[in-house]
Amino acid sequence: MSDPLSPSAKSSRIGEESPARQMIRRLGRNRLAVTGFLLLLLVLVAALFAELLTAYDPLTMTVSERMKSPSLTHLMGTDNFGRDIFSRVLHGARLSLQVGAAVMLLTVAVGVLFGLLSGYYPRVDGPIMRVMDAMMAFPAILFGIAIMAVLGPKTVNVVIALSVVYAPRTVRIVRASVLAIKQLDYVEAVRAQAAGHLRILFRHILPNCLSPLVVQATFNFAYAVLAEASLSFVGAGAPPPTPSWGNILSEGRIYMQNAPWITIFPGIAIALTVLGLNLAGDGLRDVLDPRMKT
Amino acid sequence: MILYVLRRLLGVVPVLALVAITSFLLVYLVPGDPAMVMLGSDATPEQLQMLRTQMGLDRSLPEQFVLWAGQALRGNLGESFFLGRPVTQALLERLPATMQLAVLSLFFSLLIGIPTGIVAAVRQNSWWDQVVMVTAMGGISIPSFWLGLALILLFSVQLGWLPSGGYVPLWEDFGRGLQVLVLPSISLGFMQAALIARMTRSSMLEVLRQDYVRTARAKGLAGSRVILRHALKNAMIPVITTIGTAFGVLLGGAVIVEIVFTYPGLGRLVVLAVQRRDYPLVQGALLMTSVIYVAVNLAVDMLYSVFDPRIKYE
Repeated sequence: MSDPLSPSAKSSRIGEESPARQMIRRLGRNRLAVTGFLLLLLVLVAALFAELLTAYDPLTMTVSERMKSPSLTHLMGTDNFGRDIFSRVLHGARLSLQVGAAVMLLTVAVGVLFGLLSGYYPRVDGPIMRVMDAMMAFPAILFGIAIMAVLGPKTVNVVIALSVVYAPRTVRIVRASVLAIKQLDYVEAVRAQAAGHLRILFRHILPNCLSPLVVQATFNFAYAVLAEASLSFVGAGAPPPTPSWGNILSEGRIYMQNAPWITIFPGIAIALTVLGLNLAGDGLRDVLDPRMKT
Repeated sequence: MILYVLRRLLGVVPVLALVAITSFLLVYLVPGDPAMVMLGSDATPEQLQMLRTQMGLDRSLPEQFVLWAGQALRGNLGESFFLGRPVTQALLERLPATMQLAVLSLFFSLLIGIPTGIVAAVRQNSWWDQVVMVTAMGGISIPSFWLGLALILLFSVQLGWLPSGGYVPLWEDFGRGLQVLVLPSISLGFMQAALIARMTRSSMLEVLRQDYVRTARAKGLAGSRVILRHALKNAMIPVITTIGTAFGVLLGGAVIVEIVFTYPGLGRLVVLAVQRRDYPLVQGALLMTSVIYVAVNLAVDMLYSVFDPRIKYE
């Protein structure tokens, strides 16, 4: 990727720049990854400063303002209850990012725990992997809907349902890395120094599993945002009136012909967020996991 | 070969058992008394007691599971409360519609994904490659239901070319059935097409770098022959393995697309069942789709071992 004679390559000699900084610099040169992170920043700002960015409350219904097309007063128009779509989309970003981030953290936690156990201890590998296989046998969205049906429509349950659905892949990825790494000489060397299992696992193996894990975590975030929207679209997500991109879309569906803006804008919001995450994920993979590079 | 098939078949048993246990236990995660939840608060004590006996709720959990699994193995998944008929019957009635949609979507995604992926790899960094990659990036970022709504708006409402919903079985009227399926299967299959194009491209690029491809070129074979005969065969291996997974995603994703196109498949049945808290139906649908998924993956794996001799001796 980089020209060996370029000044940046020369300056990356050992001791001059930490690997993390090198990585960030390489990421900065990846135009698509930068676009991805900028998109995410945009969504994050929308979510964090929703109240500052719009004067409208996402829940206030104004009968006289029903189904107004986009204008300077209502940037994205209003819905059939006269609620401001721009405000609802901004608040929807909050929900999407919360769910996405929570699912990402949970799947990573579960992935690290079971992936390390499964990869390191052959005795528990079989049982853990069979359970993961079984969980992956359920079609994701259907499984999510079924879990939501059982747990009830609450945001926290959306997080649980989607974490259950997306954790197994993460477990598999961590396990695969552990299996490869534990064969390496340096692990053998550490073991010969009578290091404890926990120390070997967390100090010596886990740090080397991080690259594929970070990439997978980004994609889990993307899956979660899409799946959350899908669940709320079919009415199995966060309960109304909480604005979520999926339920704004599903409510606007009936008015698609006369008021397409109700469905267009939340859709764009979902697509941009997921696009940002996917671009970031691809970029991270190129930088962190050169073997996967295309 | 036979040993591989046997081992693969045996490996499916614990997975299916765990799938069954999970589907079974799911209903027991319902907070409170399942009978009460299903019948609502205005149910009489007699009704509650009857349902509990009917569901076997008065027995121990393992006992209930054995009873339930025994019935499930015989194809009896219980009664749907709201439809007032056997779950299996209701599911089997809707299954063909969903399978039709999932299979056509899979077909569409392979038809689009593989050729575009190959061309993108062969002409790496050309404008064509960039168009394919940008479209594929969009494809994996756009939710299927939104794409579906956009397609309806354009092709049904504005242009009036294609119907916005409904269902005609392909075996009754092929032309009409296909017409109805075009928009739903594009919305459902687009994301998989994008994933397959990305995977085909990267796998093809990997293979094109191999020595044997260079050898084939060096001995003077035509470029197209090298690509189609030598490279493609190996590049397709990782793509084929994902067909099983893709089918599972499509089967699950059909739920969402069916809602958009008012398509009477499993998905709409399940969403209604969820709204009515019809747990046996939800449970049955989950079990049935995952069994189909496991079976499809098993079939793909076996076919695959026929095509790739390296797999057999694993």
